[in-house]
Amino acid sequence: MNATAVDKWSSGSSPFNVTWGKLMMWLFLVSDAFTFGALLISYASIRAAADSWPNPEEVFSAFPFTHAKIPLGFVSLMTFILIASSVTMVLAVRAGALKDRHGVVKYLGLTIIGGLLFLSSQAWEWAHLIMEGMTISSNPWGPPQFGQFFFLITGFHGSHVLSGVILNTIVLIKALNGDFDRKGSYQMVENVGLYWHFVDLVWVFVFLAYYLISA
Amino acid sequence: MSEVLRQGVNQESAHTEGHHNGNGLSFWEKWHRGESFFSKYVFSMDHKVIAKQFLLTGMFWGVMGGLLSLVFRLQLAYPDTPIPFFEVILGKWGEGGILDPNFYNSLITIHGTVLVFFVLTGGLSGTFANLLVPLQIGARDMASPFLNMLSYWTFFLASVIMFVSIFLPWGPAASGWTAYPPLSALKELPNMGIGMDLWLVSIVLFIISALFGGLNYVTTILNMRTKGMTMARLPLPVWGMFIASVLGLLSFPVLLAAGVLLLADRHLGTSFYLSEIFFNGQALPNYGGSPILYQHLFWFLGHPEVYIIIIPAMGLVSEVLAVNSRKPIFGYTAMVISMASIMFLSFLVWAHHMFVSGMNPFLGSMFMYMTLAIAIPSAVKVFNWLFTIWRGNLRLTPAMVFALGFVATFIIGGLGGIFLGNAVNDILLHDTYFVVGHFHVVMGVSALLAMFAAIYHWFPKMFGRMMNRTLGYIHFLFTIIPALLVFVPMHHMGMAGVPRRYYSFQSFDYLAQWQDINLFITTMAIIGFSGQLIFFYNFFYSIFRGKKPSSNNPWKATTLEWTTEEMAPGHGNWKGQVPTVYRWAYEYSPPYLKDTDYVPQHIPPEQIKKEPVKVSEPVE
Repeated sequence: MNATAVDKWSSGSSPFNVTWGKLMMWLFLVSDAFTFGALLISYASIRAAADSWPNPEEVFSAFPFTHAKIPLGFVSLMTFILIASSVTMVLAVRAGALKDRHGVVKYLGLTIIGGLLFLSSQAWEWAHLIMEGMTISSNPWGPPQFGQFFFLITGFHGSHVLSGVILNTIVLIKALNGDFDRKGSYQMVENVGLYWHFVDLVWVFVFLAYYLISA
Repeated sequence: MSEVLRQGVNQESAHTEGHHNGNGLSFWEKWHRGESFFSKYVFSMDHKVIAKQFLLTGMFWGVMGGLLSLVFRLQLAYPDTPIPFFEVILGKWGEGGILDPNFYNSLITIHGTVLVFFVLTGGLSGTFANLLVPLQIGARDMASPFLNMLSYWTFFLASVIMFVSIFLPWGPAASGWTAYPPLSALKELPNMGIGMDLWLVSIVLFIISALFGGLNYVTTILNMRTKGMTMARLPLPVWGMFIASVLGLLSFPVLLAAGVLLLADRHLGTSFYLSEIFFNGQALPNYGGSPILYQHLFWFLGHPEVYIIIIPAMGLVSEVLAVNSRKPIFGYTAMVISMASIMFLSFLVWAHHMFVSGMNPFLGSMFMYMTLAIAIPSAVKVFNWLFTIWRGNLRLTPAMVFALGFVATFIIGGLGGIFLGNAVNDILLHDTYFVVGHFHVVMGVSALLAMFAAIYHWFPKMFGRMMNRTLGYIHFLFTIIPALLVFVPMHHMGMAGVPRRYYSFQSFDYLAQWQDINLFITTMAIIGFSGQLIFFYNFFYSIFRGKKPSSNNPWKATTLEWTTEEMAPGHGNWKGQVPTVYRWAYEYSPPYLKDTDYVPQHIPPEQIKKEPVKVSEPVE
């Protein structure tokens, strides 16, 4: 270790040069990753032990306002929306670093819209699947565990998106009130940004595990 | 002031009196200062008040858990005899003086749950992480005092829900503290209705509380150490809390996932854990789930949980032993590394609880090797404690005798773990009283002794008065002797094949010979529990009438918590500046010292009265 690295850990300052809020957010995300990890590993173990598993390309082929079968079309759109909202979040964090209140408000607003779009898409997908007969306890395409894990994992992820939207809205209101200008720091934008990117990253794993990997 | 508290390092005198006129402060700032009764004693954000809240709640649950165990111990001592007293205290669960067998299961469930989670996790690390982390690293409070307050009140809510569940007419949860499905997933079974739901909700709230607490402890230790307090100078209690908090942050979320799946199985008609079950002669519709999945998820937390309990206990004991031996802790770095390696290994051993679940023996042997490997860092710690007291200037304060008791019971119980960690032995000993005896000694009794050691040692810091010494010694004898007489015979019972969790052993001829031993164990349990009344008397009496300590550093310790201006400091801890640290926490009896035998961490090197180090001449 060189001298500066030793100095960093020697106290009197934060070793990672971050605020407590940001450090705490990182630790929370690591912890939360273990919750999702446990759910996805449970899913993997049950799926591996099942006699058969539905083909996700058949199950997830509906698209709103059309009767055409587009395998994974709608979920790809949802994924795109969520990743696009991550891009706007990056721009909001950058605007925060530049103390540009206008930019923060604009891009955070777009992120919130992206999150709400994702949530409503998910609501449509859930409603559609329930109409087709797939519920948390039954599944017309095969073992009931398919439906169980689908609603549980996407539901758990969706509740994270919802809390993210709420957090973003709180930060947006604070930004509009000028709280961060008075404080001289837009750190909070970065903290909720971390959470938002985490939720997106988890979605990528959910997308991979549930939609892409077929038997 | 909240910002001052949060910056944590090198605060200037913004905290001093005189600035406290209370005008022009926001609602939050006023709350933070704790000027009204509610913000000072109830919804307080002061880490020391929160520590006391955790301690009192933990003590309450300790009494509850102990009383529950006395009821089922009485049942085991007099299995056929009606005990009219049961009907008085248990109502319909003890009709005619006969304990309801389902309620017996509920008793052991609640006993195990509250002692593991509420007493030895919430009560032990909740109390001492809150009390010691900011004081020993030289911070004015936790990184987020608000989250810290939430941590306690979520714990409180979890406690209330658990407490309510005990008194439900449908019976509290009866699935054991491990809550294995299918039993725990079928709400139609006796005592497995709403009691089990409340149990699960309570545990979920407890996990959230542990998350809030753990985030705070880790962040505070990393970010808010005072000037000069490097990681390598941290007192060992802080290291213990740090490592246990990281462990908790990484393992509790898995239990959360397990609990969510279990709740879904109970109420949403899913079958994550259920498959092909016959119930009342009828096949249930569930198929495709796996009860073993729950065991994996549960023990991924369940095993680290015992280290979440014992690692802070190890840290606290290390401190008490060094202070009262007037010697540096032996092998400070080895102590830290062994705690860290215990943490690491504890993630790789969970399936040693599942050797009889039908797992592949080759997989079992991997878990066996990992389990036995934990003996290495544990032995490093034990030998370091022994070398710390070796030829030390021992001061047998009550805290010290409890700490020595911890080392003894940790060795005794740890040796039993070597038997159980071995898959071949475990197949014989699994679910016998050997297991009960083992974990009660190694993490129940020893963690409890460490907690008592810490309470006796840091009592003056919490309440500004000393506890009575004589009562402390009597309490020690009435704790450790009955505890060993309760749990050591259980090892023998387990060796002879007595299964745990049985309501009565009357139906089995080969178990009848243990009836006298069961009576003996129950007698000892009652004596041991009564011995705790001495502690409670001493504790509450000393809060109000205890002797005032002769100085602000009654144990002559080096750590920063004894440098505050007041014995029991107010919010903010130091009235003036936060002390700067110049050395590690264990500068006891260095050879260069004159007049005294220790150098506190905050004394600058130039202020030390030194004498020339004598080099002993070789004898001709």
